[in-house]
Amino acid sequence: MANLLALIQNETLKVWKKRRFAVLLLILLILIPVFVYAQMKIAQNSAEKFNDDWRAELQSRITDNTNALSSERIPEEWKKWRRALVQQLQYYLDHDINPQTPNAVTFTLTFMDNAVTLFIPLMVLAIASDLVSSERSTGTIKMLLTRPVRRWRILFAKLATLTLYVSLIIITTVLICYLISGLVFGYSGWDAPVFVGFQVQGADVDTTGVHAVTQGVYLLMQSGLVWFSAMVVSVIALMVSVLVRSTAASFVTMMATIIAGTILSNMASSWKSAKYLFNVNLEISSYLRGTPPPVEGMTLGFSLAVLGLWGAAALIVSFTVFTKQDILN
Amino acid sequence: MSTATQTKEIVLSVQGLRKVIGRKPIIHRVSFDVHAGEIFGFLGPNGSGKTTTIRMLVDLIKPTSGKIIVCGEDIGVHPERALAHIGCIVENPEMYSFMTGWENLEHFARMQAGIPVSRITEVVEIVGLDQRIHDKVKTYSLGMRQRLGIAQALLGKPKLLILDEPTNGLDPKGIKELREFIRKLAESGMSMFISSHLLSEIQLMCDRVAIIAHGEVIAVGEVDELVSQVGTYTLWQVDRPEAAREMFKDQLDVQIVPEDKHQIDESLLSSLHDPIITIMDEDRVTGWVNRLVAAGIGIHSVQRVAPSLEELFLKLTEGEKIG
Repeated sequence: MANLLALIQNETLKVWKKRRFAVLLLILLILIPVFVYAQMKIAQNSAEKFNDDWRAELQSRITDNTNALSSERIPEEWKKWRRALVQQLQYYLDHDINPQTPNAVTFTLTFMDNAVTLFIPLMVLAIASDLVSSERSTGTIKMLLTRPVRRWRILFAKLATLTLYVSLIIITTVLICYLISGLVFGYSGWDAPVFVGFQVQGADVDTTGVHAVTQGVYLLMQSGLVWFSAMVVSVIALMVSVLVRSTAASFVTMMATIIAGTILSNMASSWKSAKYLFNVNLEISSYLRGTPPPVEGMTLGFSLAVLGLWGAAALIVSFTVFTKQDILN
Repeated sequence: MSTATQTKEIVLSVQGLRKVIGRKPIIHRVSFDVHAGEIFGFLGPNGSGKTTTIRMLVDLIKPTSGKIIVCGEDIGVHPERALAHIGCIVENPEMYSFMTGWENLEHFARMQAGIPVSRITEVVEIVGLDQRIHDKVKTYSLGMRQRLGIAQALLGKPKLLILDEPTNGLDPKGIKELREFIRKLAESGMSMFISSHLLSEIQLMCDRVAIIAHGEVIAVGEVDELVSQVGTYTLWQVDRPEAAREMFKDQLDVQIVPEDKHQIDESLLSSLHDPIITIMDEDRVTGWVNRLVAAGIGIHSVQRVAPSLEELFLKLTEGEKIG
């Protein structure tokens, strides 16, 4: 009958004392500077190619698109998109920003976009995979489950702890990305505009809903989606951790599934029903930019629904098994 | 309330326990009661279903049928209420090795309402771990882990302490200390449930015992009572054994036990030279000493020997192989 907060405190402490989060932090602190350096090299290369005439280039693109807007042969929805593009280009020109030069915010955005399929799941799994299985493999589950607490409360506390750490991982990744890349690229870029609202329909991109938001807002939207995708991965990992006794087995199972997802995404265009697999739907933040999805007909709403259903099913299995299972070893 | 009814208070009642895993019945017909303040032994060879039964007592395994009542609470209905009365160590005392002993105790204290920090200090003192309590558990010896496990079990001031093979892996000194410790706890009014495959353990520690074999309880009773069922032997060492045997023969109050029919520890017999093993009532011994002396037979020693629980066990499970 101990209150849930005390149980959550217990679970959070255990993960913390195992230094799992410290290791993740260390990995981030080592890897992100490497990426920042690579990005810096790319920026230097392109700066050498284009020299100083980026203003002239921007100006000519603005002129081209403004001309196109007055043409009658261009459909209305295309004009909308062009108007938004002109807006964005004008913003760069007015604020003296070279769009080819990265800033801390664009770097963070790009990094998160690329991290959502593998890197973030990997970090989340480091914590989720042994949340239950480690208690079983070390035998501490016998102490844990013979205390006067209902089993569902214990699993709920573990789930709450997992949510806490997943959120912490996303926030920390964004922060470290921003802080380290800012050293090199400068900390500006929060109110630079980005286009959102693309609707991919079949082979066409529906641009009627396109509008510009600031990069700050965009980062928030993107991080939210990344968080959702990471939560679904972690909840499924929790289920595997309940079902499998060994931490290694549960980690490998999940990692294989995630990697299989990224491979499938590249070849699933002809296997249509693959879109119902959770691991093909993890890259939900790419919908914001209008990138074509792995399987035709997938939309942001569709992916959110598929992920949500998988997550809910995983939770039901976890709680049913955990509250009923016999602890035989 | 009289002391008689107090001792009859039942802390743990196991009724018709049965567990089927797959199609194989692992446990069947297991029933016994543990009274308040007693040390209850649970004796059986390895693989007899001891651990499975204990896991059912603490809700780690759900019984297929049967009831487990702890202090009036059915563990199948309100596990959290029943478990509040129990402290236990199932098999090895496994704690979180990456935390200190103190952190472990704090962890388990948080899982039960109403355990103040002072109680943690108290149990640490009871088990005598004060010196090392702030060290990481991975640096502890098995004996210290055992103590920490017991400290954890004592946190909630349980009415029943369940220890599964508590002497496993301990050295003789550790075993002796543990035995004294268990006695001390029992004197404070706590009931103990101790499982063992070592029969001497149970004999040394327990008041009552349930004996389990092949998933079935074959006997429950007071340790002494069960022993006396087999009968106590009277061993004679005399200077003329043949003459004495002749006198004992065909007497109503004496029965000579042949070499291969007794249940006495071989190691005890080997130290005696040609003993005559008899069964007779205690009050007959003096009369027989006088008669033997009158017949000119010199008596070296007369001793009464109880058959060990081990032999009792052999008798109860006749024909079954013990692991």
